[in-house]
Amino acid sequence: MKFPPRPLALGLLALGFSALIFSRAQAGGGHYYPPVADPLVKEECGSCHLAFPASMLPASSWKRMMGELDNHFGDNASVDPEVARKITAYLVANAADTGGQRYGAKLQRGVDPASAPQRITALPKWVREHREVPDWEWRHKDVRSKANCTACHADAELGYYED
Amino acid sequence: MKFRLALSCFVLSFHSLLASAGPLEAQLAAYATAAKAANPAFTGFSAARGEKLHVTNFALGKPDTPACTSCHGNDPRAAGKTLTGKVIEPVALSVSPGRYADPAKVEKWFKRNCNEVLGRECTPLEKGDWLTFVSSR
Ligand code: HEC
Ligand code: HEC
Ligand code: HEC
Repeated sequence: MKFPPRPLALGLLALGFSALIFSRAQAGGGHYYPPVADPLVKEECGSCHLAFPASMLPASSWKRMMGELDNHFGDNASVDPEVARKITAYLVANAADTGGQRYGAKLQRGVDPASAPQRITALPKWVREHREVPDWEWRHKDVRSKANCTACHADAELGYYED
Repeated sequence: MKFRLALSCFVLSFHSLLASAGPLEAQLAAYATAAKAANPAFTGFSAARGEKLHVTNFALGKPDTPACTSCHGNDPRAAGKTLTGKVIEPVALSVSPGRYADPAKVEKWFKRNCNEVLGRECTPLEKGDWLTFVSSR
C-alpha cells in the first residue's frame, strides 16, 4: 500500500498547528485574546484602530461604550442603531466576564465591572504589564498612542500579546 | 433659448452619468444636484479643487488632524495610517478599485473625517470634488 505522503504530512502539520494554537488558547496565559471574529465588528470597530478583543473589557464597559459612540474618545464613531445592536450583542457575549472569561479574567484583576472601565490601557493589570516600557518608547513616532498595540505586539491582529 | 439649451445639456450629461450607473456615479450625480441647488453657477466638479481640499492644512477640527493627509498621507496612491496605527488602504481609485462602492460608507466617513479636519460637515461640492480627485488618480 502506498501512502500519498505529501497530503498526509500537510494534514499532520495542520493538525499540529491548530493543536498548538488550541493549547496556547487553553492555557489562557494572559497573552492570547481571541481576535474579533465577527466581520461587522471588525469593519466598524477595526478601521480607526485594532479591533480590540471583546475579552479585554467586561460586558458593562462595552454596553456603556456602545451607548456613547457619538463621543468616542473625542471621535464620532456612531453607527446605525441596528448595526450598533449587533455589535453590542457580540461584544457583550464575548466579554471578559462572559464568554471571554477564560482569556480575559486575568486582565480584570482589581477591576470592579460595575465601574464599566472604558480604556483597556487604564486597567491596573495592563498598566502593571507595561510599567517597564520607557517614556520615549510611548512617544516614538511609530507608537504615539498606548492604544496602538500592533506597534509593539506584531501579532496583535492574531490575538497574541507577548513580544 | 440659450438657457433652455444649457439646461438640456445639463440634464443630458446628468443622464449619461446615471446611465453609466455604478454606485459612485449615482452618488456623484446626487451631489451634483445638491451643489447646483446650493449654487446655480455650479458647472461641474473639479479634481483640482478636490486635491486642494485633500492637502490643505485647515486645522479647524481636532488638533491632531489638521488635514485629510494627516491620516490618508500625501500620496493618494500610497497607504495612510490613523493616529492609533491602523493602516488605511490608498484613496486613489486606480489603486483601490473596491472603494466608493457603498454610498452609506462614503457618507459615514465624510461626516466623521470632515468634522475631524474642518470642524464641520463637508458640502456636496466638496464631496463631489474630492471623489472626482481620487477617481482621477
Ligand atoms: C472614527 C474612528 C473610530 C472608530 C470607528 C472606533 N474607534 Fe475606538 N477609539 C478611537 C480613538 C481616537 C480612540 C482613542 C485612542 C487613543 O487613546 O489614542 C479609541 C479608543 C478605543 C478604546 C480604548 C483604547 C484604550 O486606550 O484602551 C476602545 C476599547 C475602543 N476604542 C473600542 C471601539 C469599538 C468597540 C468600536 C466600534 C463600535 C470603535 N472603538 C470604533 C477611534 C475610533
Ligand atoms: C510601546 C510598546 C507597547 C504598546 C504600544 C503596547 N504594549 Fe503591551 N506590552 C509591551 C511590553 C514591552 C510588554 C511586556 C512584555 C512581556 O512581558 O512579554 C507588554 C505586555 C503586554 C501584555 C502581557 C503579555 C503577557 O505575556 O502576559 C498584554 C496582554 C499586552 N501587553 C497587551 C497590550 C494591548 C492590548 C495593547 C494596546 C491596547 C498594548 N499591549 C500596547 C509593549 C507594548
Ligand atoms: C483621523 C484620520 C482621518 C482623517 C483626518 C481623514 N480620514 Fe478619511 N478615512 C479614515 C479612515 C480610518 C477611513 C476608513 C478606512 C478605509 O476606508 O480604508 C477613511 C475613509 C474615508 C472615506 C471612505 C472611503 C470608502 O472606501 O468609502 C472617505 C470618502 C474619506 N475617508 C474622505 C476623507 C476626507 C475628504 C478627509 C479630509 C477632509 C479625510 N478623509 C480625512 C481616516 C481619516
